[in-house]
Amino acid sequence: MSRARQAAGVEYTSIAEVKGPLMVVQGVSGASYDELVEIETADGERRLGRVLEVGEGRALVQVFEGTQGLGIAGTKARFLGRTMEIGVSTDMLGRIFDGLGRPLDGLPEPLADEFRDINGDPINPARREYPSDFIQTGISAIDGMNSLVRGQKLPIFSGAGLPHNRLAAQIARQATVPGKEEEFAVIFAAVGVQNDEARFFRESLEESGAISRSTLFLNLADDPAIERIITPRIALTLAEYLAFKQGYHVLVITTDITNYCEALREISAAREEVPGRKGYPGYMYTDLASLYERAGRIKGLKGSLTQMPILSMPSDDITHPIPDLTGYITEGQIVLSRDLFRKGIYPPINVLMSLSRLMGPGIIAEKRTRADHGDVSNQLYAAYARAVQLRALAEIVGRSGLSEIDLRYLEFGDLFEQRFLRQGYDENRTLDQTLDIAWDILSALPESELTKIKAEHIQKHYRRKPS
Amino acid sequence: MPPKGRIIWVAGPAVRADGMMGAKMYETVYVGEERLIGEIIKLTGDIAFIQVYENTSGLKPGEPVIATGLPLSVALGPGMIGSVYDGVQRPLDRIAEVSKSGFIRRGIQVDPLPRDKKWHFTPTVKKGDEVGPNDIIGTVKETPLIETRIMVPPDAKPGKITDIAGEGEYTIEDVIATVETKEGKNELKLYHRWPVRRARPFKSRLNPEVPLITGQRVIDTFFPMAKGGTGCIPGAFGTGKTVTLHQLAKWSDAKVIFHIGCGERGNEESEVLTKFPELTDPATGRPLMERTVLIANTSNMPVAAREASIYTGVTMAEFYRDMGYDVLLVADSTSRWAEALREISGRLEEMPAEEGYPSYLASRLAEFYERAGRVNTLGKPPRVGSVTLVGAVSPPGGDFTEPVTTHTMRFIRTFWALDANLAYTRHYPAINWITSYSAYVETVSKWWHSDVSQEWLELRHEAYRLLQREEELLEIVRLLGPEALPDEEKLILDVARMIREGYLQQSAYDEVDAYCPPPKQVKLLRLFVKFHKLAEEALRRGVQLSSIRALPIIARMIRAKYEVRNDALHEIDELERSVEESFRKLATETPVSA
Repeated sequence: MSRARQAAGVEYTSIAEVKGPLMVVQGVSGASYDELVEIETADGERRLGRVLEVGEGRALVQVFEGTQGLGIAGTKARFLGRTMEIGVSTDMLGRIFDGLGRPLDGLPEPLADEFRDINGDPINPARREYPSDFIQTGISAIDGMNSLVRGQKLPIFSGAGLPHNRLAAQIARQATVPGKEEEFAVIFAAVGVQNDEARFFRESLEESGAISRSTLFLNLADDPAIERIITPRIALTLAEYLAFKQGYHVLVITTDITNYCEALREISAAREEVPGRKGYPGYMYTDLASLYERAGRIKGLKGSLTQMPILSMPSDDITHPIPDLTGYITEGQIVLSRDLFRKGIYPPINVLMSLSRLMGPGIIAEKRTRADHGDVSNQLYAAYARAVQLRALAEIVGRSGLSEIDLRYLEFGDLFEQRFLRQGYDENRTLDQTLDIAWDILSALPESELTKIKAEHIQKHYRRKPS
Repeated sequence: MPPKGRIIWVAGPAVRADGMMGAKMYETVYVGEERLIGEIIKLTGDIAFIQVYENTSGLKPGEPVIATGLPLSVALGPGMIGSVYDGVQRPLDRIAEVSKSGFIRRGIQVDPLPRDKKWHFTPTVKKGDEVGPNDIIGTVKETPLIETRIMVPPDAKPGKITDIAGEGEYTIEDVIATVETKEGKNELKLYHRWPVRRARPFKSRLNPEVPLITGQRVIDTFFPMAKGGTGCIPGAFGTGKTVTLHQLAKWSDAKVIFHIGCGERGNEESEVLTKFPELTDPATGRPLMERTVLIANTSNMPVAAREASIYTGVTMAEFYRDMGYDVLLVADSTSRWAEALREISGRLEEMPAEEGYPSYLASRLAEFYERAGRVNTLGKPPRVGSVTLVGAVSPPGGDFTEPVTTHTMRFIRTFWALDANLAYTRHYPAINWITSYSAYVETVSKWWHSDVSQEWLELRHEAYRLLQREEELLEIVRLLGPEALPDEEKLILDVARMIREGYLQQSAYDEVDAYCPPPKQVKLLRLFVKFHKLAEEALRRGVQLSSIRALPIIARMIRAKYEVRNDALHEIDELERSVEESFRKLATETPVSA
């Protein structure tokens, strides 16, 4: 789609250097920073690129589709006089595109309502609406303890082989705002994922009938790596248009951010920049922020843009720069656990390491969810954390070394995992159901242990055993 | 005549321009046809290296660069309180009005202070008075909470007032006083400008011996901050840096609060903007926004303006200090500021030091934290003001040995270390009581003893001793299990847990618990220390530990922090008597052992 509008640009054949994903054009005048470049190889193939650096008659161009087959001689570079744009319209819902926004479903290009710079502009912090609409995902570990909110960016931190795609698909299928029927859309951006993962999402959206309100952008594992820098931006540009121009509530699922960061590292290395941690560029925080911060709500506008990026933590290491920098930008994280997965628990959410920063009193106060929601969540955290610590202790000293009350906590820990956490791929729990299960299992502890819950809520919900 | 040059090279926020002979370091320049704001950060021959505070997409070689002859500076005067600024003091709501959009477009020029708003000025000097630098010449009631004192600029020459405006309504551009100096006439307005990279002068430094009361128990009681002091909050993501800083901004007993969101989340700024107008100052009952200034340069806004935002904030803070006010500035996060420094340094192709950070990282941090202090200000009448600086640090992977954390630790006196393991169990604020420290414990004890309670230091030390002892005992428990300990030591574990749950943990979201006034802090702490003493005695007299553990009063003690309202503190005294009563009953039920 980005090619729909072709401007007559200035053409150069003076290619000085080609290295990695970069190309240097000499004798350039009038080129601007970030300008879009169209490249034509000796055998007539066309590619796109953008200017990373310009000055002293020289422009450094990043080639999205890779530099394979580009020669010093015979290659032409045309500077198009504009930054990279994409045409957007509501007709793009129900369609499938490649990583640069070209149709993959055999249908013609949709007519553009308007053209937008794929980098977008930052939302003015003074015009942001504080996100406060609770989204019910039907998943107890999320709704009960890490609530998702419209306009939030909540990533899933996963590892190789863990069921993050199933979880994301379940959320995309089940997410509703209780009591509200509004236009919503799901945008799925595949960044360097395998073909069957992309197919899984497509089929899952088709089965639930959501495909007509969805747009898929697919950069697959065998597509050019540098294109991965563009794919999430195209997806977010369409999402912003739908949310802030057309009033949709948009959920953007991007997978896998790790592949995106690797493409970023490749460009940085080719530019011979001083690397930060693990060879990733020092500006990776800022670059990731330019994606994640596009989530939000704007005062006076109807729609919202919610993001759920998925990333696989290399060697399950949460301190790796990719999850680390992501966690510093996003409003919490849902962390998947290999241990729970091995125990056969779905969804294997490690609640202790998970967090939703927007789950404040504004969201879970009485008027939006339920009055006991916040206290119950805090108590579940405290009790389960104690159970996990005691489990480790019991392995060393044996159960006989534990006190009566410690044993009750161990029992609670098992109930938590088996009854609260575990649920089916098709099981869509309401928040009331989630909180009722929570009270069932909290009642395995003596009332006096529930110090984080106000007396009135205990009075109302604690399941007293008949004496 | 400041020079006019031409762009020769563009890469992200960095631009090189030639024809700049005569330009000075840190001079403000306008870059390109759209007149984007930039600052000169390096000069080589006639080539200037410029960091641009706005997005440079579409900028090209050949476009003009115009020097202004002025360093990057801020306008200081009425109209700042309650504003939300970007990193170079442009009001974000004005940007939204001008651009008619929820998004920030570049190249928009807006005034930092409202030009047309009339302020009610009351002069405090008269014709013929001698005035010098920083002397107060009048006042403006900026908000019901803040009276802005109009001062002679600190760099102005002394002289005699030849003309002073009468009480009335004036805009910031009206001349309100004329001063006859040796070098001629000097016209004063309600505002003046000051370069952000230069600290405002003062007369002398004072000892930081007055605590900054934050209403947060773990801070005020265990690791106190002093007015004019420095502190940092390092922590991995999700440990609660931002919530802790918001708590400081909400509840601290400073007169003016600056909150710098430096490379952080946009939704957090909107949280402040949504909640602060609803929250009221515990001392005055007025909305908190009437004493707060926000500087928001979110992570997706231009990186160079993030670098400037820290200086913009601290300069404005010094301005209120000079009026004789206590100012608190919280910066979230200084790591993002350091990264901005690193990014620009990288584009300058400077030789990097540790982890790609420039070698001057430490000296920049030192310069920033040195701008804190409690001082005798310049000027008449004599006044004392302070700037307290607290910076969040976001160490990669939560590793406190990385350069920004280690260098920051050299220049701060209070260290609130956030602990991911505490956060995972939802122990908030997740301030680790073993690794944190405050150099102000002894210096502020005088205030506590004279204003709150003579017992403060003793109670603090006793409670702290129990917590440290718990840490040692937990090592043993990890190897042998809790049943291997004698009862007195099990009791320490129990009481330490009560202190953790009933004292250290504090909910920022609970209506009562969010702010804990100093007398309540002392009373609560005494409750737990007393419980330990009585329980220890009971054990010695042969009472079973299990019967102590079964005391129903324990749950009430832990809940006291939120169940006892802040205006009903006598209930804690009653609770204390109930604790004594519980132990008396235990003693009578237990036969005295031999």
